[in-house]
Amino acid sequence: MEQVLELKHIHYAYHTLEGETPTLTDISFALNKGEFVSIVGPSGCGKSTLLSLIAGLITPEKGLIKINGKYLRESTTNVGYMLQHDELFEWRTIYNNVILGLEVQHMLTARTRQRAHELLDLYGLKQFESSRPSELSGGMRQRAALIRTLVLEPDLLLLDEPFSALDYQTRLNVGDDIGQIIRQENKSALLVTHDLSEAISLADRVIILTGRPASIKQTIPLIFNLESDTPLNRRNAPEFKTYFNLIWKELNTNE
Amino acid sequence: MSDLSIGQQQYLLQHRKHKRIVRISRILILLSFLFIWEFTANVGIIDSFIFSSPSKIALCFWGMVLDQSIFLHIGITLYETIVSFLLVIAISILVAVALWFSSKLSEILDPYLVVLNSLPKSALAPLLIVWLGATKTTIIVAGMSVAIFGSILSLYTSFTTVDPGKIKLIYTLGGTRFHALIKVVIPSSIPAIISNMKVNIGLCLVGVIIGEFLAAREGLGYLIIYSSQVFKMDWLLMSICLLCIMAMTLYAFINALEKWCSKRF
Repeated sequence: MEQVLELKHIHYAYHTLEGETPTLTDISFALNKGEFVSIVGPSGCGKSTLLSLIAGLITPEKGLIKINGKYLRESTTNVGYMLQHDELFEWRTIYNNVILGLEVQHMLTARTRQRAHELLDLYGLKQFESSRPSELSGGMRQRAALIRTLVLEPDLLLLDEPFSALDYQTRLNVGDDIGQIIRQENKSALLVTHDLSEAISLADRVIILTGRPASIKQTIPLIFNLESDTPLNRRNAPEFKTYFNLIWKELNTNE
Repeated sequence: MSDLSIGQQQYLLQHRKHKRIVRISRILILLSFLFIWEFTANVGIIDSFIFSSPSKIALCFWGMVLDQSIFLHIGITLYETIVSFLLVIAISILVAVALWFSSKLSEILDPYLVVLNSLPKSALAPLLIVWLGATKTTIIVAGMSVAIFGSILSLYTSFTTVDPGKIKLIYTLGGTRFHALIKVVIPSSIPAIISNMKVNIGLCLVGVIIGEFLAAREGLGYLIIYSSQVFKMDWLLMSICLLCIMAMTLYAFINALEKWCSKRF
Protein backbone atom coordinates (compact mmCIF):
# COMPACT_ATOMS: atom_id res chain seq x y z
CA MET A 1 0.00 0.00 0.00
CA GLU A 2 1.24 3.45 -0.91
CA GLN A 3 2.06 5.59 2.09
CA VAL A 4 0.95 9.20 2.03
CA LEU A 5 2.40 10.09 5.37
CA GLU A 6 5.07 8.59 7.51
CA LEU A 7 6.20 9.81 10.94
CA LYS A 8 9.27 8.35 12.62
CA HIS A 9 10.26 8.95 16.23
CA ILE A 10 8.95 12.48 16.44
CA HIS A 11 9.88 14.52 19.52
CA TYR A 12 8.73 18.03 20.24
CA ALA A 13 8.89 20.42 23.20
CA TYR A 14 7.69 23.97 23.82
CA HIS A 15 10.16 26.38 25.32
CA THR A 16 9.41 29.32 27.57
CA LEU A 17 11.60 31.29 29.98
CA GLU A 18 10.05 29.28 32.82
CA GLY A 19 11.26 26.05 31.28
CA GLU A 20 10.67 23.31 28.80
CA THR A 21 7.38 21.48 28.25
CA PRO A 22 7.90 18.19 26.44
CA THR A 23 4.82 17.71 24.28
CA LEU A 24 5.42 14.76 21.99
CA THR A 25 7.72 11.80 22.61
CA ASP A 26 8.57 9.18 20.08
CA ILE A 27 5.53 9.35 17.83
CA SER A 28 5.68 6.99 14.86
CA PHE A 29 2.88 6.02 12.53
CA ALA A 30 1.99 5.94 8.85
CA LEU A 31 -1.05 6.78 6.80
CA ASN A 32 -1.99 4.86 3.66
CA LYS A 33 -3.47 6.40 0.57
CA GLY A 34 -7.19 6.97 0.93
CA GLU A 35 -7.13 6.13 4.62
CA PHE A 36 -8.94 8.14 7.29
CA VAL A 37 -7.28 8.11 10.70
CA SER A 38 -8.51 9.75 13.89
CA ILE A 39 -6.26 10.77 16.73
CA VAL A 40 -7.78 11.02 20.18
CA GLY A 41 -6.19 11.85 23.48
CA PRO A 42 -6.66 13.77 26.71
CA SER A 43 -7.12 17.51 26.18
CA GLY A 44 -3.93 19.51 25.94
CA CYS A 45 -1.84 16.43 25.16
CA GLY A 46 -0.36 17.88 21.99
CA LYS A 47 -2.74 16.63 19.31
CA SER A 48 -2.81 19.95 17.47
CA THR A 49 0.96 20.24 17.76
CA LEU A 50 1.19 17.02 15.82
CA LEU A 51 -0.85 18.48 12.97
CA SER A 52 1.22 21.69 12.96
CA LEU A 53 4.34 19.53 12.60
CA ILE A 54 2.90 17.61 9.65
CA ALA A 55 1.74 20.84 8.00
CA GLY A 56 5.28 22.18 8.34
CA LEU A 57 4.26 25.15 10.48
CA ILE A 58 6.78 24.05 13.12
CA THR A 59 9.74 21.67 12.89
CA PRO A 60 10.25 18.65 15.15
CA GLU A 61 13.23 18.61 17.51
CA LYS A 62 13.94 15.00 16.61
CA GLY A 63 12.55 12.54 14.12
CA LEU A 64 11.48 12.75 10.53
CA ILE A 65 8.30 13.26 8.57
CA LYS A 66 7.82 11.98 5.03
CA ILE A 67 4.98 12.90 2.74
CA ASN A 68 4.49 10.79 -0.38
CA GLY A 69 7.90 9.29 0.31
CA LYS A 70 9.71 12.64 0.37
CA TYR A 71 11.01 14.53 3.36
CA LEU A 72 8.70 17.28 4.47
CA ARG A 73 11.13 20.05 3.53
CA GLU A 74 11.52 18.80 -0.05
CA SER A 75 7.92 17.76 -0.48
CA THR A 76 5.85 19.63 -3.02
CA THR A 77 2.65 17.81 -2.08
CA ASN A 78 -0.11 20.04 -0.89
CA VAL A 79 -1.22 19.31 2.63
CA GLY A 80 -4.70 20.65 3.36
CA TYR A 81 -5.32 21.88 6.86
CA MET A 82 -8.78 22.52 8.28
CA LEU A 83 -8.78 24.62 11.41
CA GLN A 84 -11.15 24.61 14.36
CA HIS A 85 -12.90 27.71 13.09
CA ASP A 86 -13.70 28.23 9.43
CA GLU A 87 -11.72 31.51 9.37
CA LEU A 88 -13.64 32.76 6.34
CA PHE A 89 -12.82 36.40 5.66
CA GLU A 90 -15.82 38.66 6.01
CA TRP A 91 -14.40 41.14 3.51
CA ARG A 92 -14.40 38.51 0.76
CA THR A 93 -17.27 36.73 -0.92
CA ILE A 94 -17.57 32.96 -0.54
CA TYR A 95 -16.03 32.41 -3.98
CA ASN A 96 -13.14 34.74 -3.19
CA ASN A 97 -12.65 32.97 0.12
CA VAL A 98 -12.52 29.63 -1.64
CA ILE A 99 -9.80 30.77 -4.05
CA LEU A 100 -7.65 32.34 -1.31
CA GLY A 101 -5.27 29.38 -1.26
CA LEU A 102 -4.94 29.49 -5.05
CA GLU A 103 -4.13 33.20 -4.88
CA VAL A 104 -1.50 32.66 -2.22
CA GLN A 105 0.16 29.83 -4.14
CA HIS A 106 -0.09 31.65 -7.50
CA MET A 107 -2.18 28.83 -8.91
CA LEU A 108 -5.06 30.95 -10.12
CA THR A 109 -5.70 29.78 -13.68
CA ALA A 110 -8.83 29.31 -15.76
CA ARG A 111 -8.73 25.62 -14.91
CA THR A 112 -8.46 26.07 -11.14
CA ARG A 113 -11.15 28.75 -11.16
CA GLN A 114 -13.36 26.32 -13.03
CA ARG A 115 -12.59 23.67 -10.43
CA ALA A 116 -13.57 26.07 -7.63
CA HIS A 117 -16.89 26.75 -9.31
CA GLU A 118 -17.45 23.02 -9.82
CA LEU A 119 -16.77 22.17 -6.20
CA LEU A 120 -19.06 24.96 -4.99
CA ASP A 121 -21.73 23.65 -7.30
CA LEU A 122 -21.18 20.02 -6.32
CA TYR A 123 -21.48 20.74 -2.61
CA GLY A 124 -24.50 22.99 -2.84
CA LEU A 125 -22.94 26.43 -2.42
CA LYS A 126 -23.35 27.69 -5.98
CA GLN A 127 -26.07 30.17 -5.12
CA PHE A 128 -23.91 31.58 -2.29
CA GLU A 129 -20.82 32.25 -4.44
CA SER A 130 -21.17 36.00 -4.13
CA SER A 131 -22.57 35.99 -0.58
CA ARG A 132 -20.63 37.13 2.45
CA PRO A 133 -19.67 34.43 4.99
CA SER A 134 -22.02 35.93 7.60
CA GLU A 135 -25.00 35.08 5.38
CA LEU A 136 -24.23 31.34 5.62
CA SER A 137 -25.08 28.85 8.36
CA GLY A 138 -22.30 27.27 10.43
CA GLY A 139 -22.46 24.06 8.43
CA MET A 140 -22.28 25.81 5.07
CA ARG A 141 -19.36 27.91 6.29
CA GLN A 142 -17.48 24.76 7.30
CA ARG A 143 -18.21 23.32 3.85
CA ALA A 144 -16.87 26.45 2.18
CA ALA A 145 -13.75 26.09 4.34
CA LEU A 146 -13.37 22.50 3.18
CA ILE A 147 -13.71 23.53 -0.47
CA ARG A 148 -11.05 26.20 0.11
CA THR A 149 -8.78 23.33 1.15
CA LEU A 150 -9.89 20.93 -1.61
CA VAL A 151 -9.28 23.29 -4.56
CA LEU A 152 -5.57 23.06 -3.76
CA GLU A 153 -5.94 19.32 -4.50
CA PRO A 154 -4.15 18.12 -1.38
CA ASP A 155 -3.19 14.45 -1.10
CA LEU A 156 -3.48 14.68 2.64
CA LEU A 157 -6.06 16.48 4.75
CA LEU A 158 -5.40 17.49 8.33
CA LEU A 159 -8.53 18.18 10.35
CA ASP A 160 -8.02 19.97 13.66
CA GLU A 161 -11.33 19.50 15.50
CA PRO A 162 -13.07 21.18 12.58
CA PHE A 163 -16.56 20.61 14.00
CA SER A 164 -15.96 21.66 17.59
CA ALA A 165 -17.24 25.20 17.07
CA LEU A 166 -20.63 23.96 15.84
CA ASP A 167 -23.70 23.12 17.91
CA TYR A 168 -24.44 19.44 18.45
CA GLN A 169 -27.06 18.89 15.77
CA THR A 170 -25.13 20.81 13.10
CA ARG A 171 -22.07 18.95 14.17
CA LEU A 172 -23.54 15.52 13.46
CA ASN A 173 -24.76 16.65 10.06
CA VAL A 174 -21.58 18.47 9.10
CA GLY A 175 -19.45 15.58 10.34
CA ASP A 176 -21.44 13.23 8.16
CA ASP A 177 -21.35 15.65 5.27
CA ILE A 178 -17.63 16.44 5.41
CA GLY A 179 -16.76 12.81 6.03
CA GLN A 180 -18.57 11.78 2.86
CA ILE A 181 -17.03 14.57 0.81
CA ILE A 182 -13.57 13.44 1.88
CA ARG A 183 -14.39 9.81 0.96
CA GLN A 184 -15.88 10.92 -2.33
CA GLU A 185 -12.79 12.92 -3.25
CA ASN A 186 -10.71 9.92 -2.17
CA LYS A 187 -8.44 11.93 0.12
CA SER A 188 -6.33 10.64 2.95
CA ALA A 189 -7.21 12.38 6.16
CA LEU A 190 -5.94 12.77 9.68
CA LEU A 191 -8.55 13.98 12.18
CA VAL A 192 -7.67 15.27 15.61
CA THR A 193 -10.58 15.33 18.03
CA HIS A 194 -11.57 14.88 21.64
CA ASP A 195 -15.01 13.62 20.61
CA LEU A 196 -14.78 9.82 20.62
CA SER A 197 -18.00 9.21 18.70
CA GLU A 198 -16.81 11.60 15.99
CA ALA A 199 -13.51 9.75 15.77
CA ILE A 200 -15.24 6.37 15.50
CA SER A 201 -17.91 7.46 13.04
CA LEU A 202 -15.43 8.90 10.56
CA ALA A 203 -12.20 6.90 10.65
CA ASP A 204 -10.70 3.62 9.48
CA ARG A 205 -8.32 3.59 12.42
CA VAL A 206 -8.11 5.38 15.76
CA ILE A 207 -4.79 6.29 17.33
CA ILE A 208 -4.97 6.87 21.08
CA LEU A 209 -2.40 9.18 22.64
CA THR A 210 -1.31 9.31 26.28
CA GLY A 211 -1.35 12.49 28.33
CA ARG A 212 1.43 15.04 27.98
CA PRO A 213 4.09 14.33 26.90
CA ALA A 214 2.11 12.39 24.34
CA SER A 215 3.14 9.06 22.92
CA ILE A 216 1.06 6.50 21.09
CA LYS A 217 -0.80 4.26 23.51
CA GLN A 218 -2.80 2.09 21.13
CA THR A 219 -3.97 1.91 17.57
CA ILE A 220 -7.43 0.46 17.04
CA PRO A 221 -8.59 -0.47 13.53
CA LEU A 222 -12.31 0.05 13.01
CA ILE A 223 -14.26 -2.45 10.96
CA PHE A 224 -17.96 -1.99 10.37
CA ASN A 225 -20.24 -4.42 8.56
CA LEU A 226 -22.42 -1.89 6.88
CA GLU A 227 -23.91 -1.76 3.42
CA SER A 228 -23.57 1.97 3.21
CA ASP A 229 -20.73 2.98 5.45
CA THR A 230 -21.61 6.58 6.34
CA PRO A 231 -20.80 8.28 9.63
CA LEU A 232 -24.48 8.47 10.60
CA ASN A 233 -25.08 4.76 9.85
CA ARG A 234 -22.02 3.89 11.87
CA ARG A 235 -23.44 5.63 14.91
CA ASN A 236 -26.35 3.18 14.86
CA ALA A 237 -24.27 0.06 14.21
CA PRO A 238 -23.78 -2.44 17.07
CA GLU A 239 -19.98 -2.25 16.71
CA PHE A 240 -20.08 1.45 17.51
CA LYS A 241 -20.69 0.93 21.23
CA THR A 242 -18.03 -1.75 21.48
CA TYR A 243 -15.41 0.52 19.93
CA PHE A 244 -16.55 3.46 22.03
CA ASN A 245 -16.16 1.49 25.26
CA LEU A 246 -12.83 0.09 24.16
CA ILE A 247 -11.38 3.52 23.40
CA TRP A 248 -12.97 5.07 26.47
CA LYS A 249 -11.31 2.42 28.66
CA GLU A 250 -7.95 2.92 26.96
CA LEU A 251 -8.12 6.68 27.52
CA ASN A 252 -9.00 6.33 31.17
CA THR A 253 -6.48 3.73 32.26
CA ASN A 254 -3.13 5.02 33.40
CA GLU A 255 -0.33 2.59 33.05
CA MET B 1 -45.40 50.97 2.85
CA SER B 2 -49.03 49.96 3.37
CA ASP B 3 -48.14 46.39 4.35
CA LEU B 4 -46.31 47.51 7.50
CA SER B 5 -47.97 46.48 10.74
CA ILE B 6 -49.32 49.16 13.07
CA GLY B 7 -46.59 48.38 15.61
CA GLN B 8 -43.87 48.89 13.01
CA GLN B 9 -45.45 52.09 11.74
CA GLN B 10 -45.59 53.44 15.25
CA TYR B 11 -41.98 52.52 15.85
CA LEU B 12 -40.92 54.30 12.64
CA LEU B 13 -42.97 57.33 13.62
CA GLN B 14 -41.32 57.44 17.04
CA HIS B 15 -37.92 57.13 15.45
CA ARG B 16 -38.57 59.95 13.01
CA LYS B 17 -39.88 62.13 15.82
CA HIS B 18 -36.76 61.48 17.87
CA LYS B 19 -34.53 62.37 14.92
CA ARG B 20 -36.47 65.56 14.30
CA ILE B 21 -36.16 66.66 17.94
CA VAL B 22 -32.40 66.10 17.85
CA ARG B 23 -31.99 68.05 14.61
CA ILE B 24 -34.18 70.98 15.65
CA SER B 25 -32.50 71.22 19.07
CA ARG B 26 -29.08 71.36 17.48
CA ILE B 27 -30.10 74.20 15.18
CA LEU B 28 -31.85 76.02 18.01
CA ILE B 29 -28.76 75.95 20.19
CA LEU B 30 -26.66 77.49 17.40
CA LEU B 31 -29.25 80.12 16.54
CA SER B 32 -29.90 81.13 20.14
CA PHE B 33 -26.18 81.33 20.79
CA LEU B 34 -25.72 83.61 17.78
CA PHE B 35 -28.76 85.66 18.75
CA ILE B 36 -27.69 86.17 22.38
CA TRP B 37 -24.19 87.10 21.24
CA GLU B 38 -25.48 89.58 18.68
CA PHE B 39 -28.09 91.01 21.04
CA THR B 40 -25.80 91.46 24.07
CA ALA B 41 -23.12 93.02 21.89
CA ASN B 42 -25.61 95.44 20.35
CA VAL B 43 -27.18 96.64 23.63
CA GLY B 44 -23.75 96.89 25.20
CA ILE B 45 -23.91 94.09 27.82
CA ILE B 46 -20.67 92.75 26.41
CA ASP B 47 -18.00 94.89 24.81
CA SER B 48 -18.22 94.32 21.07
CA PHE B 49 -14.65 95.56 20.66
CA ILE B 50 -13.38 92.57 22.64
CA PHE B 51 -16.09 90.00 21.94
CA SER B 52 -17.02 91.12 18.43
CA SER B 53 -20.45 89.99 17.20
CA PRO B 54 -21.83 87.62 14.59
CA SER B 55 -22.80 90.44 12.23
CA LYS B 56 -19.35 92.05 12.47
CA ILE B 57 -17.72 88.68 11.79
CA ALA B 58 -19.96 88.13 8.79
CA LEU B 59 -19.20 91.62 7.43
CA CYS B 60 -15.51 91.11 7.96
CA PHE B 61 -15.69 87.77 6.15
CA TRP B 62 -17.60 89.36 3.25
CA GLY B 63 -15.02 92.11 3.00
CA MET B 64 -12.24 89.56 2.75
CA VAL B 65 -14.21 87.57 0.20
CA LEU B 66 -14.50 90.72 -1.92
CA ASP B 67 -10.77 91.42 -1.86
CA GLN B 68 -10.22 87.64 -2.18
CA SER B 69 -7.58 87.56 0.56
CA ILE B 70 -9.56 85.05 2.61
CA PHE B 71 -9.25 82.38 -0.06
CA LEU B 72 -5.48 82.61 0.12
CA HIS B 73 -5.50 82.07 3.89
CA ILE B 74 -8.02 79.22 3.82
CA GLY B 75 -6.30 77.62 0.83
CA ILE B 76 -2.86 77.69 2.44
CA THR B 77 -4.05 76.18 5.73
CA LEU B 78 -6.10 73.56 3.93
CA TYR B 79 -3.21 72.67 1.64
CA GLU B 80 -0.75 72.33 4.52
CA THR B 81 -3.18 70.26 6.55
CA ILE B 82 -3.99 67.87 3.72
CA VAL B 83 -0.37 67.40 2.69
CA SER B 84 0.72 66.68 6.26
CA PHE B 85 -2.27 64.40 6.77
CA LEU B 86 -1.51 62.35 3.65
CA LEU B 87 2.16 62.10 4.59
CA VAL B 88 1.27 61.02 8.13
CA ILE B 89 -1.04 58.29 6.83
CA ALA B 90 1.47 57.01 4.26
CA ILE B 91 4.48 57.08 6.58
CA SER B 92 2.69 55.61 9.58
CA ILE B 93 1.31 52.71 7.54
CA LEU B 94 4.77 52.00 6.14
CA VAL B 95 6.44 52.16 9.55
CA ALA B 96 3.72 50.09 11.21
CA VAL B 97 4.14 47.45 8.49
CA ALA B 98 7.90 47.40 9.06
CA LEU B 99 7.38 47.04 12.81
CA TRP B 100 4.86 44.25 12.25
CA PHE B 101 7.27 42.42 9.96
CA SER B 102 10.06 42.45 12.49
CA SER B 103 9.08 41.97 16.12
CA LYS B 104 12.72 42.53 16.96
CA LEU B 105 12.66 45.98 15.37
CA SER B 106 9.46 46.90 17.17
CA GLU B 107 10.87 45.78 20.51
CA ILE B 108 14.02 47.80 19.92
CA LEU B 109 12.19 50.96 18.85
CA ASP B 110 9.38 50.77 21.38
CA PRO B 111 10.82 53.13 24.06
CA TYR B 112 11.76 55.73 21.42
CA LEU B 113 8.27 55.75 19.96
CA VAL B 114 6.70 56.04 23.39
CA VAL B 115 8.93 58.99 24.33
CA LEU B 116 8.39 60.78 21.02
CA ASN B 117 4.66 60.21 21.27
CA SER B 118 4.36 61.71 24.74
CA LEU B 119 6.64 64.67 23.96
CA PRO B 120 4.65 67.92 23.61
CA LYS B 121 5.12 68.52 19.91
CA SER B 122 4.69 72.29 20.10
CA ALA B 123 8.11 72.27 21.77
CA LEU B 124 9.56 71.07 18.46
CA ALA B 125 8.13 73.91 16.38
CA PRO B 126 10.82 76.54 17.22
CA LEU B 127 13.47 73.92 16.49
CA LEU B 128 11.91 73.18 13.12
CA ILE B 129 11.94 76.88 12.24
CA VAL B 130 15.67 77.07 12.93
CA TRP B 131 16.36 73.92 10.95
CA LEU B 132 14.02 74.35 8.02
CA GLY B 133 13.36 78.10 7.96
CA ALA B 134 10.01 79.88 8.06
CA THR B 135 8.58 78.03 5.07
CA LYS B 136 5.61 75.88 4.22
CA THR B 137 7.78 72.79 4.70
CA THR B 138 8.27 73.73 8.35
CA ILE B 139 4.55 74.05 8.85
CA ILE B 140 3.81 70.74 7.13
CA VAL B 141 6.45 69.01 9.24
CA ALA B 142 4.99 70.65 12.36
CA GLY B 143 1.58 69.31 11.39
CA MET B 144 3.02 65.83 10.88
CA SER B 145 4.97 65.86 14.12
CA VAL B 146 1.80 66.18 16.16
CA ALA B 147 0.11 63.16 14.63
CA ILE B 148 2.71 60.74 13.37
CA PHE B 149 4.00 58.94 16.45
CA GLY B 150 0.59 58.26 17.92
CA SER B 151 -0.56 57.14 14.51
CA ILE B 152 2.29 54.64 14.17
CA LEU B 153 1.65 53.23 17.64
CA SER B 154 -2.08 52.82 17.17
CA LEU B 155 -1.72 51.26 13.71
CA TYR B 156 0.94 48.88 14.93
CA THR B 157 -1.28 47.86 17.84
CA SER B 158 -4.18 47.16 15.52
CA PHE B 159 -1.89 45.14 13.21
CA THR B 160 -0.72 42.96 16.08
CA THR B 161 -4.23 42.28 17.37
CA VAL B 162 -5.40 40.67 14.12
CA ASP B 163 -6.99 37.25 14.75
CA PRO B 164 -4.06 34.77 14.92
CA GLY B 165 -6.31 32.02 13.53
CA LYS B 166 -6.64 33.92 10.26
CA ILE B 167 -2.87 34.33 10.03
CA LYS B 168 -2.42 30.63 10.76
CA LEU B 169 -4.86 29.92 7.94
CA ILE B 170 -2.59 31.77 5.49
CA TYR B 171 0.36 29.67 6.60
CA THR B 172 -1.64 26.44 6.28
CA LEU B 173 -2.51 27.47 2.72
CA GLY B 174 1.19 27.73 2.01
CA GLY B 175 1.42 31.51 2.29
CA THR B 176 4.28 33.62 3.59
CA ARG B 177 4.35 36.46 6.09
CA PHE B 178 3.94 38.85 3.17
CA HIS B 179 0.70 37.11 2.18
CA ALA B 180 -0.47 37.31 5.78
CA LEU B 181 0.13 41.06 5.57
CA ILE B 182 -1.71 41.78 2.34
CA LYS B 183 -4.46 39.17 2.62
CA VAL B 184 -5.26 39.43 6.32
CA VAL B 185 -3.57 42.19 8.29
CA ILE B 186 -4.24 45.13 5.97
CA PRO B 187 -7.85 44.24 5.01
CA SER B 188 -8.87 43.51 8.58
CA SER B 189 -7.22 46.73 9.77
CA ILE B 190 -9.14 48.97 7.36
CA PRO B 191 -11.60 50.10 10.08
CA ALA B 192 -8.69 50.85 12.40
CA ILE B 193 -6.88 52.77 9.66
CA ILE B 194 -9.94 54.90 9.04
CA SER B 195 -10.60 55.67 12.69
CA ASN B 196 -6.91 56.53 12.88
CA MET B 197 -7.45 58.95 9.97
CA LYS B 198 -10.29 60.60 11.85
CA VAL B 199 -7.99 61.35 14.77
CA ASN B 200 -5.09 62.41 12.55
CA ILE B 201 -6.93 64.94 10.42
CA GLY B 202 -7.74 66.90 13.59
CA LEU B 203 -4.24 66.56 14.96
CA CYS B 204 -2.65 67.70 11.69
CA LEU B 205 -4.80 70.79 11.75
CA VAL B 206 -3.62 71.48 15.31
CA GLY B 207 0.00 71.07 14.24
CA VAL B 208 -0.41 73.26 11.18
CA ILE B 209 -1.97 76.07 13.25
CA ILE B 210 0.88 75.85 15.78
CA GLY B 211 3.32 76.06 12.88
CA GLU B 212 1.51 79.03 11.38
CA PHE B 213 1.50 80.83 14.74
CA LEU B 214 5.26 80.79 14.69
CA ALA B 215 6.41 80.85 11.14
CA ALA B 216 3.89 81.99 8.55
CA ARG B 217 2.93 85.01 6.54
CA GLU B 218 -0.37 83.57 5.40
CA GLY B 219 -2.91 81.02 6.58
CA LEU B 220 -5.59 81.04 9.25
CA GLY B 221 -3.09 80.48 12.07
CA TYR B 222 -1.14 83.52 10.91
CA LEU B 223 -4.40 85.50 10.71
CA ILE B 224 -5.23 84.59 14.33
CA ILE B 225 -1.83 85.62 15.67
CA TYR B 226 -1.67 88.78 13.57
CA SER B 227 -5.19 89.91 14.48
CA SER B 228 -4.59 89.33 18.19
CA GLN B 229 -1.48 91.50 17.96
CA VAL B 230 -3.29 94.36 16.24
CA PHE B 231 -6.44 93.74 18.29
CA LYS B 232 -8.76 93.02 15.36
CA MET B 233 -11.10 90.72 17.20
CA ASP B 234 -13.41 90.39 14.18
CA TRP B 235 -10.62 88.78 12.24
CA LEU B 236 -9.60 86.55 15.08
CA LEU B 237 -13.08 85.19 15.78
CA MET B 238 -13.79 84.85 12.07
CA SER B 239 -10.64 82.75 11.68
CA ILE B 240 -11.71 80.54 14.56
CA CYS B 241 -15.15 80.08 12.99
CA LEU B 242 -13.53 79.20 9.67
CA LEU B 243 -11.31 76.67 11.44
CA CYS B 244 -14.41 75.10 12.98
CA ILE B 245 -15.99 74.78 9.56
CA MET B 246 -12.79 73.44 8.03
CA ALA B 247 -12.38 70.81 10.75
CA MET B 248 -16.00 69.76 10.30
CA THR B 249 -15.66 69.51 6.53
CA LEU B 250 -12.48 67.45 6.68
CA TYR B 251 -14.06 65.15 9.25
CA ALA B 252 -17.14 64.78 7.08
CA PHE B 253 -14.95 63.72 4.15
CA ILE B 254 -13.41 60.94 6.19
CA ASN B 255 -16.82 59.91 7.44
CA ALA B 256 -17.95 59.58 3.84
CA LEU B 257 -14.84 57.52 3.08
CA GLU B 258 -15.66 55.28 6.02
CA LYS B 259 -19.20 54.74 4.79
CA TRP B 260 -17.89 53.86 1.34
CA CYS B 261 -15.34 51.43 2.78
CA SER B 262 -17.76 49.70 5.13
CA LYS B 263 -19.87 48.86 2.12
CA ARG B 264 -16.95 47.20 0.43
CA PHE B 265 -15.28 45.45 3.37
